[in-house]
Amino acid sequence: MLTIYIHNEPYRVKAGINLLEACLSLGFNVPYFCWHPAIKSVGACRQCAVKVFKGPEDTRGTLLMSCVVPVADGMRISIDDPEAVHFRARVIEWLMLNHPHDCPVCDEGGECHLQDMTVMTGHVQRRTRFPKRTHVNQDLGPFVAHEMNRCIQCYRCQRFYCDYAGGRDFGVFGWHDGVYFGRAQSGTLQSEFAGNLVEVCPTGVFTDKSLAQHYTRKWDLTTGPSICVHCGLGCNTIPGARYGQLRRVYSRFNSQVNGYFLCDRGRYGYEFVNSDRRILQPRLRQEDGSLAPVAKAQALAFVGQALQRGKAIGIGSPRASLETNFALRKLVGAEHYFQGESAQKSAISEAILDCLQRGPTPTVSLHEVETCDAVLLLGEDVLNTAPMLGLAIRQASRNQPLEEVARLNVPFWLDLVARLITQDQIGPIFIAATGATRLDGLARQIYRAAPDDLARIGLAIAHLVDPTAPEVSRLPDDAFSFAHPVAEVLKAAKRPLIVSGPSLGSVELIHAAANAAWALTRAGKDARLCYAAESCNSLGAAMLGGGDLTAALELLRSGQADTVLIVENDLRRHMPENDFEELLSLARCVIAVDHLEQATTQRAHCVLPAATFAEAEGTLINNEGRAQRFYKVLPPPAAVQESWRWMGELWVASGRGEASPWPNFDAIVAALASEFAIFKDVPALAPPASFRQVGQKIGRQPHRYSGRTAETADQTVFEPPPPEDADSALAFSMEGTPLEPPSALIPRYWAPGWNSLAALNKFQIEVGGPLHDGDPGQRLIAPKPYPQSPYFKDFVSPFARRPQQFLVVPHHHIYGSEPLSAASAPVASLCPKPYIALNGADAAAAGIAGADQEVVLSLAGASLRLSVILDSTLAASLAAVPAGIAPFEGLDLPAWGTIAAAPAGGQRGGGGS
Amino acid sequence: MFTAIRTLFQVFLHGFRRRYTVQYPEQRRYLPPRWRGRIILSRDKKGNERCVACYLCAAACPVGCIALGATQDEHGRRYPEFFRINFSRCIFCGYCEEACPTYAIQLTPDYEMSEYQRPGMVYEKEDLLIDGEGKYKDYDFYQVAAVSIKDKGKGQGLNERPPVDVRGLLP
Ligand code: SF4
Ligand code: SF4
Ligand code: SF4
Ligand code: SF4
Ligand code: FES
Repeated sequence: MLTIYIHNEPYRVKAGINLLEACLSLGFNVPYFCWHPAIKSVGACRQCAVKVFKGPEDTRGTLLMSCVVPVADGMRISIDDPEAVHFRARVIEWLMLNHPHDCPVCDEGGECHLQDMTVMTGHVQRRTRFPKRTHVNQDLGPFVAHEMNRCIQCYRCQRFYCDYAGGRDFGVFGWHDGVYFGRAQSGTLQSEFAGNLVEVCPTGVFTDKSLAQHYTRKWDLTTGPSICVHCGLGCNTIPGARYGQLRRVYSRFNSQVNGYFLCDRGRYGYEFVNSDRRILQPRLRQEDGSLAPVAKAQALAFVGQALQRGKAIGIGSPRASLETNFALRKLVGAEHYFQGESAQKSAISEAILDCLQRGPTPTVSLHEVETCDAVLLLGEDVLNTAPMLGLAIRQASRNQPLEEVARLNVPFWLDLVARLITQDQIGPIFIAATGATRLDGLARQIYRAAPDDLARIGLAIAHLVDPTAPEVSRLPDDAFSFAHPVAEVLKAAKRPLIVSGPSLGSVELIHAAANAAWALTRAGKDARLCYAAESCNSLGAAMLGGGDLTAALELLRSGQADTVLIVENDLRRHMPENDFEELLSLARCVIAVDHLEQATTQRAHCVLPAATFAEAEGTLINNEGRAQRFYKVLPPPAAVQESWRWMGELWVASGRGEASPWPNFDAIVAALASEFAIFKDVPALAPPASFRQVGQKIGRQPHRYSGRTAETADQTVFEPPPPEDADSALAFSMEGTPLEPPSALIPRYWAPGWNSLAALNKFQIEVGGPLHDGDPGQRLIAPKPYPQSPYFKDFVSPFARRPQQFLVVPHHHIYGSEPLSAASAPVASLCPKPYIALNGADAAAAGIAGADQEVVLSLAGASLRLSVILDSTLAASLAAVPAGIAPFEGLDLPAWGTIAAAPAGGQRGGGGS
Repeated sequence: MFTAIRTLFQVFLHGFRRRYTVQYPEQRRYLPPRWRGRIILSRDKKGNERCVACYLCAAACPVGCIALGATQDEHGRRYPEFFRINFSRCIFCGYCEEACPTYAIQLTPDYEMSEYQRPGMVYEKEDLLIDGEGKYKDYDFYQVAAVSIKDKGKGQGLNERPPVDVRGLLP
């Protein structure tokens, strides 16, 4: 710690940071533009000037840009020095010379950093009379709108998009006062993180296109703390609602998880909540076979009777909250509860959980990934399956080059200088995958092979690092020439990281990654092990246990069950068509509880409308075993309620008791914690519903929320009270104190004078650091230091080609492979069509002329007509198909299939056999 | 006794004073255009809705009686999908008019808004929107805004230079 003097008062600040960070962390308001807590300093905007004095005698001082000056012990500065104040007001006047001043039609208005800074510096009158410069905008795709006239040339967008996130299709064009930020030509932004431009740009150049059609100002949004449900990383989000509709999702800061950013799947996937596929009424199958809306009581009575009469089983879901799955498990009994994944998927989730708990290597949060200095990716295309993990790995790739920067005594946060020193050096990242991945550009070495061979690579590396780890026989030369240097580099690294995941459907791969990580730990490295997870609660479902869908089907076949209660799950996505049909035909009664219409709800006898993540509260366990709480953002529509609440009502309807055992959310959390030792800390994740600040709840609506007396006036002029929320300490109103809520309950970031996201600075212990009372969420699992080698002794035989056959492997797509986001209109427009990818040599050998040819793929008893894509990166004898996209949903891949040229005519992509 | 007579005399004198009572509704007083009565939404000269659905009036309204929803046409022009004022709550303070950057929302000298039922005091956009410019003439916000709309491209607004050619090399 150092002492600096601001306005002659001493303050203690951390060494090694810059003056701007120090001032902001101390709570001073210094205006700034180009500095960003995650993207660091560049000194481009000249807005953050302060006076620095040589000593107590120096009265003139020097104007310096605080974001590029390191703090020094005894430093004396002034923020309020008249010259500094004047300078800053003039700088903003220059920046605004060409600004169109069109805040009323600008979607940034009301949460605009430029507005805030303009007010802060006191520049109130535009004096220049010259005509304003204009720019032509570009169409940047379905996510981001572009309005270049509002640009103030701070370069944040380019520095985020290209430098931080590695995008290549964006840049700065032109020169002098005409510099232009955009693409070489109109077109969809290719980065998975393009949506962050909306938050990163301090002005309204980049705004949220999904919001534009139902635009709402920040001060009118009802917001709450939530968690992204579109992959297993559990990024923290702040969704916002107005007029009973979800309108946008912004990132919620969590220094351990997603930091300042989100991926585009997470940001734009929310529109499924507003989809016309929503189920808003209980539905009951009628005599004529149709599903018709019925009253709640009728539906409950029907399901209650079915549960009482029949031998019921319950099928939970990896995308439902812990509480929902737990309530279902209680309702049907543990031995009749199934976790709702195929045997393959559920074995993988269990293997992941096992590896994280049993071995000596700790897992990582996304933030810790950024601190690793060598990474091996084993089989997982992270930018498509867990995008933010890819962004974190990109930051990790800078750690070794940054050592040179430190050696030269240049602070790492002097971003431009640091990047000039490191040039295009990249730290060691190694990728072993079935084909090209979106991170390949970072890789020092790439190995492409079939899943089994990838697992063997992992095992081989483990053995090379620690000779006591099981050896891999018959390792081919090319594999060895990959594995050997990887092992050497990982051994030399300070904090090596092994990344794998469930996407290739291989338990052996999970085990191989664990072996490699454990070997590194045994070799004395501070190694880390990270697995992506497919669904937002995959790990939570695995912790709760329960059989897989094959076991459920067995039970139905044996006649020990005849009634199936399915909660927030589309079984068709987890089982092949034949099994799905068999399950439906065996079950006398199928009850589905879900929020979107899907194959299972269409075939059910009774459908109960479930609340989405935005209308419910719950706990999710992310890929590292971190339990995180999400809360309602808006009250569920009339007939809709949380799935766990339906379970409580079914408890009563099926005659299990007089009242629901879980009258409110805290009750079910308590029940969960008392039954499972692993969940004992879940109730402490956030304050209970009885929590009050100065006797008041925490308002989900800002104190400037407008239209209270007109919002519902078209229905009634009697202004009904806002809906009660018995489940949390948050209220659907503007009530509350100006005090900062506990971090798990922060509904939005706002501070006096800071309407933009930058208000977050006021909620952190130090800028960029954790929130005041710690980041919400808690990791529930810990590694076990083993005296003995815990290695898996899996013997994986080398991948053997089969004549005339292809091993069909799943390729995941950020847009499309995850079902909920795929139901969101902007995301749906980017989902790929079904295809089959082959490498050129294989295609030629199979007599396929070239790309776009129609072929018939025979796979697991089905014949699918598809068009061919040639992918030269695909390993030999593999065929890749898009995972989770019709007609491939529900198929356990990899699987062997044959390909033949399609006869003329016929339907494309059909599932008929 | 004397005071009683004096009072009677004064009342008698008042009979000859000038009368102020207006025989409303047969007779009406002149109200200046700045009178703060019934609120309207105006259109610009070309007949387009002036309101750009910026929510500033709603935010300024101390009683929260304005609710609107923004949407935009295919050319990017923002306008309110619905616009509702609950006049049973309005205090005719005029803050909405002060806040409006487009002169769309204006208070008028009409105060005759009695209803037998309170729901009748809830005015929707079709009740509020008039055909003319109201009291503020010749202002078209979109001519000074950055966004392009139908019939106004980049650089065609007021006080604007033609768009920069980013590929040009001339200074
Ligand atoms: S577009 Fe936004 S982020 Fe980029 S330079 Fe302009 S103002 Fe800065
Ligand atoms: S990385 Fe995953 S959890 Fe994070 S925003 Fe994207 S989809 Fe959501
Ligand atoms: S006049 Fe005042 S009370 Fe009435 S709508 Fe306008 S701001 Fe609200
Ligand atoms: S302030 Fe004016 S332009 Fe903005 S929403 Fe209200 S009426 Fe429309
Ligand atoms: S923030 Fe310091 S120069 Fe831009």
